[in-house]
Amino acid sequence: MNHLHTALWGVLPYLVTVLLVTGTAWRYRYDRFGFTTRSSQLHESRLLAIGGPLFHFGLLFVVAGHVIGLLVPESLTEDVHIHERLYHANALLVGGTAGLATLTGLAVLLHRRLRVPAVRAATSRSDRAVYPVLGCVLLAGLAATATTLRPHPYDYRLGVSVWFRSLFTLDPDVSAMAHAPFVYQVHALLAMALFALWPFSRLVHAFTAPLGYLTRPYIVYRSRGNRPLPSAYRPRPAPRATRSR
Amino acid sequence: MSRGDAPLGRVMAQVAMVMNLDKCIGCHTCSVTCKQTWTNRQGTEYVWFNNVETRPGQGYPRGYQDQEKWKGGWHLKHGRLVPRAGGRARRLARLFANPELPSLDDYYQPWTYDYENLISAPLGDDVPTAAPRSLIDGRPTEVTWGPNWDDDLGGGPAHLADDPVLQQMNERVRLEYEQAFMFYLPRICEHCLNPSCVAVCPSGALYKRIEDGIVLVDQDRCRGWRMCVSGCPYKKIYFNHQSGKAEKCTLCYPRIEAGQPTVCSETCVGRLRYLGVILYDADRVGAAAATEDERGLYEAQLDCFLDPEDPAVRRAAEDAGIPHDWITAARRSPVHALISTYKVALPLHPEYRTMPMVWYIPPLSPVVESLTATGHDGEDPAKLFAAIDSLRIPVEYLAGLFTAGDPAPVEAALCRLAAMRAHMRRVNLGEPQDPAIARAVGLDAPGIEAMYRLLALAKYDERYVIPTGYAARTPEDDLTQGCSLGGHGGVGMFDADAFHAPLADAPGPRHAGTSLRGRVNLLNWNGRGRPEGLFPGGGGGSR
Repeated sequence: MNHLHTALWGVLPYLVTVLLVTGTAWRYRYDRFGFTTRSSQLHESRLLAIGGPLFHFGLLFVVAGHVIGLLVPESLTEDVHIHERLYHANALLVGGTAGLATLTGLAVLLHRRLRVPAVRAATSRSDRAVYPVLGCVLLAGLAATATTLRPHPYDYRLGVSVWFRSLFTLDPDVSAMAHAPFVYQVHALLAMALFALWPFSRLVHAFTAPLGYLTRPYIVYRSRGNRPLPSAYRPRPAPRATRSR
Repeated sequence: MSRGDAPLGRVMAQVAMVMNLDKCIGCHTCSVTCKQTWTNRQGTEYVWFNNVETRPGQGYPRGYQDQEKWKGGWHLKHGRLVPRAGGRARRLARLFANPELPSLDDYYQPWTYDYENLISAPLGDDVPTAAPRSLIDGRPTEVTWGPNWDDDLGGGPAHLADDPVLQQMNERVRLEYEQAFMFYLPRICEHCLNPSCVAVCPSGALYKRIEDGIVLVDQDRCRGWRMCVSGCPYKKIYFNHQSGKAEKCTLCYPRIEAGQPTVCSETCVGRLRYLGVILYDADRVGAAAATEDERGLYEAQLDCFLDPEDPAVRRAAEDAGIPHDWITAARRSPVHALISTYKVALPLHPEYRTMPMVWYIPPLSPVVESLTATGHDGEDPAKLFAAIDSLRIPVEYLAGLFTAGDPAPVEAALCRLAAMRAHMRRVNLGEPQDPAIARAVGLDAPGIEAMYRLLALAKYDERYVIPTGYAARTPEDDLTQGCSLGGHGGVGMFDADAFHAPLADAPGPRHAGTSLRGRVNLLNWNGRGRPEGLFPGGGGGSR
């Protein structure tokens, strides 16, 4: 274990976490107006109707798969008699399908973004930074999944997952990650790059998923009063009139 | 259900609008002034909060009234009111691609012209031209559609056949209407009592204001899910493709709050817009919008409105926290008069079940026109009444717009307008008045003359009765603040001494910059006492 590994797997994750949290808080505080999907459906609908749902729903499954794979220890699944072989077959099938769907969706969306002039014109600088990283993370992740097709695959639940969980106990198990195959390391690094870019790109819209819609009444009423003004509009305390007596 | 027997629920106030279509000449002044005020920005090039469309015609965006296609508004599902595009779960499932969103082509592709070429083109045999350029991607483009492409029946039957209202009428009508009539329909956001745009917004960014019923988008909460664009059956919510947020007509709320009419109303050369307060029973809205029969929706909405002359209503309104000047304004409201008293104004497409609050007085001119064209006296009341009854084409079309296809309310409104014309002609020509004319439409001579004053003279102060804005207060506010005259420093309180204090006691002028430092301004000195800063080290101004 050398210093590079310590920096990459022991320090960098925390730096990225701080950037993600403070960056998002900063953005929410100072640029709430910028929290938007910046949808381009107005310009082009046909390709988006295929690519959009494919990418997003695929991604939801991919995220769920990561949560299970990284947070649930192998001992727990063994206890409920889900053996490693069954687990991996399942992960390969469901995870691989979801990953492929996400990648296909992203390919359609990227094609649309490059080839439809109106959508291309609506592409921002942060988009140009995020899309390549997003594509590479997906490719690396799919490549890692593909390596489990080999006869004796690397069991990431005994390596990468142990490192990931150790991050939360503030005692990072650097060696667990240092000994992971290269493709897993690349995937993890790219993912950290993505999380670092997250608060400063349109990806923040993921944090505003409108789940409250399911429980709120249809019609929303609001009053003009009883609402704090934005700080910029709040009247400053008037200077006291000086009167000498 | 009549107003008398139902108990009063929660009384709310709404600033509503009525437009008198007989007076609209289709000049688009309202659209242009609105555009220059609100949507002359990047990202809103294609957006017209106010547009004027020729009826029959496709409208803007094209064919927006076809709810089979756009799925706007509400519908009844097993007797329950749900957004036509689907309930909450279905909306969330469609979050990543809204299948009912109109594309820019359905509005129009905004363009500009390459004016640069006019002065920078090299010397040649041909006169340089300013070729159209897309405002979206800057590339050369062809202008194939605009916000009022079929203005004045432009494009002829080929375009008009796509009018969704016309398509619901029968074949015979479609061939005849061209000789029969044409009129203009100015449209803004309806600021509905039961807004479906609010209902489908996943973020809860859209809301209806309690005080004045104006429907607004909270720009800081909008996330650009664009459900509202398709959810509004009038297609009066627009997506700003630069900011990624929904935008809509605000009923010029900064003006309304100051007691001024909206920009579209203020600049209307035909003086055809009316603004006023309507009191309504918020607890009746849900049931009214869920009326089984579409043709009963107009009556059901009328039943939601409350009569501000009724003392019980006024008391309930005061109890609900509506300020006194709003209740007074509701009694003087021209909108209430046109909708509920004279019953000449009708809602636009009540069948969308959103309870719209911008109402229209149907145009009588097509009827008069076609009557005159056949060689009859277009102003003779008997002939006019008969014509309204027999000219099925305009009436059926107007009913398709305003009453879900029920001709009776349209006929009644047109007959009142016809009676007003006939009565006032007799007054103006000094002919003997015929009380039967007014009686035939359920009015008397003073009533019909008051209606004439409101509709024909349309004085500024009578068209716009807008109380200034207030903020709805919670009971806690009132308890903690109490009367402002009850203590020092409250609104309206001042020290009697302050009145008589010598001017030199007022705070001296601040030195604006270094150039004035060390100098004394004697302009404010009244000769009494020592002017501040004249003598060094004196502490300034003390007697």
